[in-house]
Amino acid sequence: MTTRPRTKLDLDPATVKEARALARKTGRPIVTLAKKHTTVAVERATLRLAGLQGADPDGTPWVNRLMDVVRADTGLEHGVALPVWDALLRGEADDLSTLAQKASAGSVTFRLPEGKDADRARRASRAQVAKGIKRIDARRVERERLIKRHGDAPRKPWIYLIVATGDIYEDIPQAQQAAREGADIIAVIRSTGQSLLDYVPEGATREGFAGTYATQENFRLMRAALDESSRELGRYVRLTNYASGLCMPEIAALAGMERLDMMLNDSMYGILFRDINPVRTFVDQRFSRQVHARAGIIINTGEDNYLTTADAIEAAHTVTTSQLLNEYFAKEAGLEDWQLGLGHAFEIDPDVPDSFRLELAHAMLARDLFPNAPLKWMPPTRHMTGDIFKGYLLDGFFNLVGALTGQGILLVGMMTEAVVTPWISDRDLALQNVRYVMNAAGRLHEDFRPEPDGFIANRARQVLGESVDLMHQILDHKHGLLDAIADGTFGLMKRPADGGRGLDGVAKKSSAYYNPASEILEEPFETVAAQPPQEPRRRTTRRAP
Amino acid sequence: MTEQSHIIRPYGDTTGDGMVQASFTLPVPHSKVAEGAAAQLAAKMGIEPALVVHAKPMGPDFTFFVVYGRVHHLVDVSKVEVVERDYPLLTPKEVNAAVKRALRRRLTVVGACIGSDAHTVGIDAILNIKGFAGEKGLEYYRELKVVNLGAQVSVPQLVERAREEKADAVLVSQVVTQRDAHLLNTREMSAAFRESYPSDKRPLLIVGGPRFDESAAADLGVDRVFTRGTTPGEVASYLVHQLARRGSAA
Repeated sequence: MTTRPRTKLDLDPATVKEARALARKTGRPIVTLAKKHTTVAVERATLRLAGLQGADPDGTPWVNRLMDVVRADTGLEHGVALPVWDALLRGEADDLSTLAQKASAGSVTFRLPEGKDADRARRASRAQVAKGIKRIDARRVERERLIKRHGDAPRKPWIYLIVATGDIYEDIPQAQQAAREGADIIAVIRSTGQSLLDYVPEGATREGFAGTYATQENFRLMRAALDESSRELGRYVRLTNYASGLCMPEIAALAGMERLDMMLNDSMYGILFRDINPVRTFVDQRFSRQVHARAGIIINTGEDNYLTTADAIEAAHTVTTSQLLNEYFAKEAGLEDWQLGLGHAFEIDPDVPDSFRLELAHAMLARDLFPNAPLKWMPPTRHMTGDIFKGYLLDGFFNLVGALTGQGILLVGMMTEAVVTPWISDRDLALQNVRYVMNAAGRLHEDFRPEPDGFIANRARQVLGESVDLMHQILDHKHGLLDAIADGTFGLMKRPADGGRGLDGVAKKSSAYYNPASEILEEPFETVAAQPPQEPRRRTTRRAP
Repeated sequence: MTEQSHIIRPYGDTTGDGMVQASFTLPVPHSKVAEGAAAQLAAKMGIEPALVVHAKPMGPDFTFFVVYGRVHHLVDVSKVEVVERDYPLLTPKEVNAAVKRALRRRLTVVGACIGSDAHTVGIDAILNIKGFAGEKGLEYYRELKVVNLGAQVSVPQLVERAREEKADAVLVSQVVTQRDAHLLNTREMSAAFRESYPSDKRPLLIVGGPRFDESAAADLGVDRVFTRGTTPGEVASYLVHQLARRGSAA
């Protein structure tokens, strides 16, 4: 799609090819592993796509209640679809919600149907789950229509702002205000504990902790509010949330059905930073990415996190490696280039000589390696010290790197990072910073080309080389990536494949296993938008005086 | 020191000028009245005369101000209360030697970010061999056994692990401060340790994070609070100092 000459570093095509081949080689066994397993979260997501909603009076979602009973009766390894639709066909209940209630009361016993019964259950479950997928398709079409009607974000990078009050009804006016101030994307930070909950809370919530719970109702409320803002502002305002943690597949399904536009979704974040079991994560992640692919959602990966625990110079190649792996896993799951908001961050110690040149080298490397991916550029956090004046300058340099390397998504840095949650004035000053840099230097990339043998180009080559070495090193492990994760190769955290949270929710699929959602998601699909609808519009508006 | 030199004022560009700057937002549209309101607030804060050097509308309902001016307040340095380091700063070598002498075994440190806090920056800076501010972390000390449990560890998990490891000290880092999470989590942690250990067997409880008040240790039920800028060497020195003292008391 893009006509802008972006490849500036003259990376050796053979090395780039080798890097991708190594990523594929590293990732493929993981995909095989993911295909052989299912998880409680994948099965619950299937029930959600089939339309099962709501929670019991204690707040436990019906999908969890039903899943638990099915699991107790027939196990997890056959999937939830056959036993559940077999019970419906046997007349145990008229619909899923009644079945869930009866099952939790102990008045339904599930079995694994065989022969003709199994065929009928398969067909019935597929028909019902297809409705959920159809709803996701419809929401995608609706997004395209609204973008056409209201217009898209007027420039690149898209400006990404965060709200995080804990109360959805406080979040809404804050998000609308942020959109008025210039945000193209609103991210609602989740309550910090949510990634470790093995259920998705229900309803509109007002008591999150350092963020707001991701629930279907909260998604719906916020999307509706931003639709209002889109109308008011004459540009479509995107909404972001997190498909991560123990309920990644369910959140992905809800996001698709409620027309969220972007989701944080990293291949290894949950493993490394939340100590979620690696197998659980890879299985959940593949399913969730298939749903995102279908929904036309742009994923944001979490490479910035590596740099919050490891040194940003020494660990630069782990970012590149993770980006390559994220790309492989994403494409395998059906996502396209324009949907890959691969993450990276401005986290080098500003006291290091040439820190800006190093940042620029790393960012250009990401840009050149992934020329058609939007890339998500994350602001400094680690070296924001409380000296807000210095922090403001650092954010300015962060923005400048963003402008020079054509980032697609720019998370706006706050000078009060690590001091307070952003005040209204912090946000205003931060946006002034972005606007100044983009106005003053937004097209500087047209003039800027690093010296072919200079510091920046050499540094980029070095990082790419180290990334290739690292992948060789990963492949030297007996069990490849899983062993590398276990011995602390990434982010210094050691996560063995048989440890971590959520392992008891994983099962190897039996030969009878059936999941209608996976079946549909594996099939090729036609949509109105196999490519980014915004590109042509953006170019015309950017060239306008 | 003379009586007079205890008394200081802010310094702009001339001794005794008392100059300060402040910035704030008022929930009013930008207007002359708004600027007057900013000057009035500054005056009430003791900034007088106040110069409103910048006023910027932020949307229809808010205005942001930057104010410069003179304050008349005096600060009496002799009456300032702080927690000064009350232990000698040792090199890693000295720490190792002191541990050997006092314990005749390695000193076990269990560290974690507790509650929902996922920010391991602080605990990693102190514990990881990589360290912080040019100092190697506690893992580098031969006589220290470091068990870093990482992020989002529950209090019961932490207590259990501390017992399992026979921890001499427990280090907890808290970065997230929303709704006073750092204080609530710390109190929960100290209470849990008090409950599951006899008071003379309890490990040293140390909490750290950028937004703690150093003088709040007793209130939080911990032995020591470390704040922003603490280096691994300071923590190691403190551990040795405390445990040697304990050892001699026992």
